[in-house]
Order: sequence, then C-alpha cells, then structure tokens
Amino acid sequence: MTQPFDRAVAAHGATVLRVCRAVLGAGPDADDAWSETFLAALKAWPDLAEDTNLQAWLVRVAHRKAIDVTRARKRHAVPTECLPDTTSTIGIPGSGDDDLWGAVAALPERQRLAVAYHYVGGLTHVQTAELIGGSADAVRRAAADGVRALRGRIGTYAADEATTQGGAR
Amino acid sequence: MSSFHEQVSAWPVADDDLAALHRRLEQDAQSAGVLDVAYRTVDTPVGPLLLAATTDGLVRVAYECEDFDRVLDILANRVSPRVLRAPKRLDDAATEIEEYFAGRRTGFDLPLDYALSSGFRQLVQRHLPHIAYGHTQTYKDVAAIVGNPKAVRAVGSACATNPLPVVVPCHRVLRTDGTLGGYIGGLAAKTALLTLEGAA
Repeated sequence: MTQPFDRAVAAHGATVLRVCRAVLGAGPDADDAWSETFLAALKAWPDLAEDTNLQAWLVRVAHRKAIDVTRARKRHAVPTECLPDTTSTIGIPGSGDDDLWGAVAALPERQRLAVAYHYVGGLTHVQTAELIGGSADAVRRAAADGVRALRGRIGTYAADEATTQGGAR
Repeated sequence: MSSFHEQVSAWPVADDDLAALHRRLEQDAQSAGVLDVAYRTVDTPVGPLLLAATTDGLVRVAYECEDFDRVLDILANRVSPRVLRAPKRLDDAATEIEEYFAGRRTGFDLPLDYALSSGFRQLVQRHLPHIAYGHTQTYKDVAAIVGNPKAVRAVGSACATNPLPVVVPCHRVLRTDGTLGGYIGGLAAKTALLTLEGAA
C-alpha cells in the first residue's frame, strides 16, 4: 500500500471494533484484538497489494487475533471453586447500548461468529465459512438464525433505528 | 424496516473508545519500531500547520493551503506509507513553534530530517537556518554564500520547495529589490512571519 496507514484506521477502525466486540464481547479482550489487528496491519502495510479489499483483509486479521486473545485467556485461566467478581465485559448490564453487545454475546457461538463476520464484518458467506469452518450454506443458516434471535432480543433498538433511518423498505 | 446490514453499521462504538484505541496503537507502533512517520496539526496565527517526523527528526511542516491529505500522500510515497497520527513525537516541535509565534523563541533546536529534498535544494535549505531571526538575505546573497552565485533561480526553487517552512526560515529570503518573492504558505504568511520577527 502506498496510501498513509492512518486512513485505513479512520475508515475501518469502527467496523473492526464492532467485529471484535461481536466475537469477544465488548471489553478488554475486544480492545486487545483490535490493537493486535491494527499493529499487525501496520507492520504488513508497505508489502500489502494496492488492490487489496482492506475491510475484508482487516476482518480476517481480526479473526486470527481474536483466536490468539481467546487462547491467551484460556492459558492464563486458573481453576477455582468459586468465581470472583470481575469487571463486566459488556459494560453495565441493562444500560442502553450495551444491551446490544450483551444480546450478541448471548448467541450460540456459530451464530455469533456468522453474524460477526458476515453482517458486521461484511464478508460473504463463503469467506465466513473459510474462517469458521462448515459450508457456506450452514454459515448462511447460522447467520439468519442469529439475526432472527437478535431481532427478538433487541426489538426496541431495531425499531428505533428503523425510525431514525426513515423507515423505508 | 431498514436492512440488518444497515443497522449493523450503526451499532454503538463510542468515539472516545476509538480515540483511546488509537492512542494505544500509537504507543504500540512506537515500541515495535514501525511508527515510520508520525504527524499532528498545530494551530498558529498563520493557520493550522501539519507537522510530521520520522525517527530521525522533523521531516515536514505544511501549510493548510498545501492540502494536508496531499502532503500525507507524498510522505507515504516518498518516506514510508507507515504514516500514523501520533502527536507525542511532535511534542517538542509543537512547543517550539508555539513559543516562536508567541515571540518567545528566536531559533529552533529540533533534529531535522531533510529526506524530502536533495542536491542543491537541500544545500540551500541547510543554509537557511544560518540566517538569523529578524534578518533577511536576498536570493542572490544565498546563491553566493552556497558557492554558486549564478544559481539565483535555483535558490528560488529551493526556497519554494522547502519541506520545513517556518522552522527552516525560507521566509527570510527576499528579492534583491526588497520585494517579498514567493512563499509556500502564501505572501500573507510570509509577511506575518517577517512582521513577527521585526524584519518588515
């Protein structure tokens, strides 16, 4: 790439953070995955082909970094008899916007990943299947099931959005 | 009902969260040695200036009329595309420029990177900081001092393409008849700097 790297951060930073939050929950793990994604992207930047689809490329990097973050968390986990109080990874439960990330976090894993990479990250079902395994059709069904579940859980939010966007369609 | 794709693009991500992540990226990039070009802008009496630095030093000062996007494109092409808004590396430069415009500083004490110029132009630009605050030289004077008295027009080009205006004081070079000549930041800016320095 010959364009200044900061433009990629400005253009895709928010989308990549949405993907990281959908995959890992809104919290420190998602922040770590975002940071690792853009640091890796900065390192690779001069050698990246000009015609690269940046969003799709960044989402794939984010997928690998999310796996790394998950593995690191498991490595550091210590078995214990009772769970200690921890900082919420979804903000303050029940506090407006965080309901959305909580609803996404509550989806079964394959639905959550299919929604994250297809709907949030903009990958095709085929590309998503390459990342999370299974067939494109299975990914399509998982994404559709995930969206149906989310519509039910965040119905109010979705209705508000439809109104503010003019309610066309 | 809007499509789910459209709704997703409105899912909440606070600007503050993105700003905090950007600051963390600036630190990580610096630690990893991949912050090739750091930049920021500063507000001055002659308008916002863009400041950019490599690890070697200040590499570019640009006026808004030069188009900051275009300036960053050129930095990406000629220095490195690893360009990141990262104010910390420019702290010293921003402070000295602020002091200069407040009339509290008459010389800059900053490491400079002349990577964007070469040959005779760079030779001329390296001479310019030797013209003292509040003093001026003519294009002809400068040509003689750098050892090429006939290269008056080339001195003019060297001043016009100075990658570090204000800090490398091409504004202190005037025509032999005392008129201003050109300036990368526009004649109003050149006049403002000379007035500030008490040279006009």
